[in-house]
Amino acid sequence: MIKSIATRLLGAIPNLIGVIVVTFILTRALPGDPAAFFAGASGSKEAVEQVREQLGLNKSMPEQFWIYVRDLAQGDWGTSMATGQPVVTELATRLPASLELTLCGLLLAVVVAIPLGILAATRPGSWIDHTCRAVATAGVSLPTFFSGLLLAYVFYFLLGWAPSPLGRLDPYLSAPNHVTGFYLIDSLIAGDLETFMGALKQLALPAITLGLFVLAPLARMTRASMLGVLSSDFVRTAKASGLSSHTILFTYAFRNAMLPVLTTLGMVFSFLLGSNVLVEKVFAWPGVGSFAIEALVASDYAPVQGFVLAMALLYVVLNLAIDIAYGLIDPRVRLDA
Amino acid sequence: MDSLIPASVSTPDNSRGVNAAFSRWARTLKHIFAENPLSLIAALLFVAMVIVAIAGPSIAPYDPLQTNAGDPLSPPSTKHWFGTDSLGRDILSRVMVATRLDLGIALSAVLLSFAIGLSLGAFAGYFGGWTDRVVGRIADTIMAFPLFVLAMGIVSAMGNTIGNIVLATAIINLPFYIRVARTEANIRRDAGYVEAARLAGNSELRVLFHHVVPNILPSMMVQLSLNMGWAILNAAGLSFIGLGVRPPEAEWGIMVAEGAQYIVSGEWWIALFPGAVLMLAVFCFNLLGDGLRDLMDPRKRT
Repeated sequence: MIKSIATRLLGAIPNLIGVIVVTFILTRALPGDPAAFFAGASGSKEAVEQVREQLGLNKSMPEQFWIYVRDLAQGDWGTSMATGQPVVTELATRLPASLELTLCGLLLAVVVAIPLGILAATRPGSWIDHTCRAVATAGVSLPTFFSGLLLAYVFYFLLGWAPSPLGRLDPYLSAPNHVTGFYLIDSLIAGDLETFMGALKQLALPAITLGLFVLAPLARMTRASMLGVLSSDFVRTAKASGLSSHTILFTYAFRNAMLPVLTTLGMVFSFLLGSNVLVEKVFAWPGVGSFAIEALVASDYAPVQGFVLAMALLYVVLNLAIDIAYGLIDPRVRLDA
Repeated sequence: MDSLIPASVSTPDNSRGVNAAFSRWARTLKHIFAENPLSLIAALLFVAMVIVAIAGPSIAPYDPLQTNAGDPLSPPSTKHWFGTDSLGRDILSRVMVATRLDLGIALSAVLLSFAIGLSLGAFAGYFGGWTDRVVGRIADTIMAFPLFVLAMGIVSAMGNTIGNIVLATAIINLPFYIRVARTEANIRRDAGYVEAARLAGNSELRVLFHHVVPNILPSMMVQLSLNMGWAILNAAGLSFIGLGVRPPEAEWGIMVAEGAQYIVSGEWWIALFPGAVLMLAVFCFNLLGDGLRDLMDPRKRT
């Protein structure tokens, strides 16, 4: 079993190398002379030369790549021009906010999509099946930035149920002590229910927006995979043996149907991390996405590259985790490896 | 006189042939739409969108860039059906004019991925070996990124222009086209008619482009139509965060962004109309894509 995990770890290495090569190309793809760009518009000729020296742009490409990798490994991801802080620090302080939002969105989607998909598969052609299909098609058509705004309009402006869609916490509440960086967990650790409720209220709309978007592929996949399993021979045998429909559905069908769903989680994470950026912008959520957008608008170059790299690394790790989980759940895969 | 008789006979004959073909075609269409009425709605929407994309600027009631200081933030009325924005510009006109730009960006991106993905994928699937490994590695590397984030990175690195939005959208969609083309070319590599073409003395390249690629095209077209909605969403998302299209140019994503700040004070129409039209466009392409896929391969129906 350790061997199979090790094989999967090795399998992620080409992706990791690919990600680093692409981000390196992106840092060098800046149109014109990067040295002149970093020296600023008012940079003199000497200043440009100095920057060129500093960035190692006068060296050969393989050497530059080596320096790039070495700096990355040492945690030197460049400096944000706007704040003057190292990019790594900036990203690290904002990452928990983004992760909290992403995970809550995913949790919501899973909790709604999987029962919906199962119900649709067990009653094909019923109204719940049609609902599932409509939700699936409408869900992927929703631009997250638009659905987020609609939710904010309805629940904040019209109904007044949600707090103003700005940030993670009302200004009058103070942030809980930093333990995990997740406000929901930290406030519970501190035993501060008021902060917990405040954080939950702020989180609700952006998490629902994210959840709505990724609900569609999950529900669709659950339904298709469940339909496939329910018409398979072993389910027929189980039925013929007189097992209760409850046992058949949950013990036999559900566990087998979840395997393809687990594989689609990779794609779902790609959607989540991408639309996270848009949702953060809509709700002024102080995560890595908003940070990257601010940097983009200000042509602050290093933070954007750092953000792309960090998200790609996170995504590689998530895919690896899914892969390992798959191996643990499905004994057939474990034997193959 | 005799020579005229066949001619006069041939006319009704010919028209009957055309009629028969037409009615057969109409029957097929009727059958498709009866089975899936949503496809009919999507097809009608699609036609409407194409008309607006082509004729938009000439049928828009106002100049989309014309500001009007006397009439800012006015709600929908008979004068301005979709209301006006903070500068008093007519939102209906802006939404109509933006159709061409939004569909244009998505269509160029999708066609670009189609062309590159088809050639790379067909080569990889047909020849196998190192070509397959290199192409497969390219696709895997792109897929190792969260796609929207990669698009942000590409646009920020190559420069903030509409051309680069098209390029970035094309790159992030490339793996899907490569995969379809690769699989389809691979299963046809040793098909009977391909062997026959080879034995007849055609060169490998000729066999690939004259016998294999034409048979890949239908699946690739389905992929293209399934992908179009996602490409529109993606391009609009990029301009929503301030990339590519610059104000005062009319584009759906940027219009939603302009309206975002007014949502909390209750001026809903600025963001709602461009957002709803964007959603409708994506919905329409997704439905058309599903319909087309069902037509090509009924087994994949979900």
